[in-house]
Amino acid sequence: MLSEKEIKEIEEHFAHYPRKQAAVIEALKVVQFHRGYVSDENVEDIARLLEMTPDEVDSVATFYNLIFRKPVGEHVILMCDSVSCWIMGYENLKDHLSQKLGIDIGQTTKDNRFTLLTIPCLGACDRAPAMMVDNELYGNLTPEKIDEILEKYK
Amino acid sequence: MERPLTQHIRPGEYLTAAEYRKTGGYEGLKKALKMTPKEVQETVKRAGLRGRGGAGFPTGLKWSFVPLGPDAPRPKYLVANGDEMEPGTFKDRLLIEGNPHQLIEGMIISAYAIEAEIGYIFLRWAYKKGAQIIEKALAEAYDAGLLGKNILGSGFNFDLYLHTSAGRYICGEETALLNSLEGKRANPRPKPPFPQTSGLFGKPTIVNNIETLSNVPHILRNGADWYQSISLSEDAGTKLFGVSGKVKNPGLWELPLGITLREVLEEYAGGMRDGLQFKGLLPGGASTDFLTKDHLDIKLDYEGVAEAGSRLGTGTMIVLDDKTCVVGMVRNLEHFFAQESCGWCTPCREGLPWTEKILTSIENGTGKMEDLDILAGMTKTLAPGNTFCPLAPGAMEPLQSALKYFREDFERHIKEKRCPWRS
Ligand SMILES: Cc1cc2nc3c(=O)[nH]c(=O)nc-3n(C[C@H](O)[C@H](O)[C@H](O)COP(=O)(O)O)c2cc1C
Ligand code: SF4
Ligand code: FES
Repeated sequence: MLSEKEIKEIEEHFAHYPRKQAAVIEALKVVQFHRGYVSDENVEDIARLLEMTPDEVDSVATFYNLIFRKPVGEHVILMCDSVSCWIMGYENLKDHLSQKLGIDIGQTTKDNRFTLLTIPCLGACDRAPAMMVDNELYGNLTPEKIDEILEKYK
Repeated sequence: MERPLTQHIRPGEYLTAAEYRKTGGYEGLKKALKMTPKEVQETVKRAGLRGRGGAGFPTGLKWSFVPLGPDAPRPKYLVANGDEMEPGTFKDRLLIEGNPHQLIEGMIISAYAIEAEIGYIFLRWAYKKGAQIIEKALAEAYDAGLLGKNILGSGFNFDLYLHTSAGRYICGEETALLNSLEGKRANPRPKPPFPQTSGLFGKPTIVNNIETLSNVPHILRNGADWYQSISLSEDAGTKLFGVSGKVKNPGLWELPLGITLREVLEEYAGGMRDGLQFKGLLPGGASTDFLTKDHLDIKLDYEGVAEAGSRLGTGTMIVLDDKTCVVGMVRNLEHFFAQESCGWCTPCREGLPWTEKILTSIENGTGKMEDLDILAGMTKTLAPGNTFCPLAPGAMEPLQSALKYFREDFERHIKEKRCPWRS
């Protein structure tokens, strides 16, 4: 069941489009914002609200990289793996992060604190290597800087 | 040197409506509202503004395909393309985070020119700070009567909304973007019909890049002749040029079109870091052909870069140095394109992962000489016209030019059965 708050936030987007089905991506993001990810049950709830079939909603949800259909940790680390960050040595940083957190890309730490993912170019190539933690962007990364950043989310 | 788009931008802050007005903001809009939509189109045409999203299509001409007048289908739409997911590209971010009202003013004027009543700013997921700033700026603009009904007493109505995406490079392709805005999977649409006559929700629609739209207020305020005069080239106006990679001073600068590549690299980006040599670069994002040191004196405008065998693209350059492996770099690029292929057409869906696989094996020292022929064949298979949209041909641009200029590096991997750049 979607909360009243979620429904209200989704419905606010309806006014922006001639038909409410156009708000499906916003709906998925609203739910993800409140719950961290979008469960099968949420997909059905959204489908009902937007008068779509669950399959239709799911086919949209799975198309986009940043709609999570599985649970994620409290904080999601998105490490850029595109060309400028590659040139600037992101691979070493990825290994550093993996080791430090004890997980591979795509996994969540045992304490459920962090999920580690890669993401295409963050549009911060002049500050490469770059990553985002939740909504925050960090650039010019070094192993030391990464250690400091992780402390903030402990 | 004039820098109309960025001269007032301060690092880490955005210009509020009041601050933007003090810089002459919304004066262009006032002028436009006294003209007819056709006259606004003519001014932008005469100015010679070309699209800054990569393809360089003349903006005024694009607008002129939209049906005008009382019999035109309604509502009509204007969409600002802020997907900016092409690797190596980081220019629209500055305009969004630094001067959102410039974009909003550009959109109101452009909407007026095509008589559109609804607009969307389509923004990529990762630009969280930009999204907050745009929301604030939109609220300021509504409060000031610059958006909504009867804008500045002119009788013109225009509503503008922010749409944030959920992450997929193909959303940047304009017809895929329209599908995404309609809440669908972002597969491109067949053309024709072109969006100008049948776009968002089947209505006439213009999609323009953020930087393109941010130029419009200045053209209206200062005139077409002024706009022509501020470049060093046949192509009018300024361009945001960016440099990333192992240069001393990576960054982004607004410079006149027609400036030389050497000047950007040496004066602005500060040249290569100590101990490194310049080897080549992608001049306009991940989907442009490599240029080499033989091209350093070319002019950075649409013609100049095309004559050198590449594209001005987004104007954001990715520099390759002599200590970085070109095979690895191209493998990284093709990994991106393979992952972001929308899967709609077979040559791209199957060709790109195969390309990536071959490049990976060459990089790891298990490639064969025949692989180079397969890669060359792939650049033909995925050439423009053979796939449903330009993503796949774009993916071939760095590959085909790397094979042309740096073939020896590929061969060394195969002969030495390892990557010579990895110690
Ligand atoms: C795969 C692909 C991705 C694209 N991404 C963008 C983008 O992020 N931003 C953009 O403005 N144009 C992008 N384009 C170009 C658009 O399709 C379109 O040409 C452009 O938005 C038109 O605006 P302009 O005429 O102002 O340049 C992309 C094209 C392709 C094929
Ligand atoms: S070329 Fe690739 S991205 Fe474009 S429509 Fe075909 S599969 Fe999709
Ligand atoms: S390549 Fe990493 S931020 Fe652009």
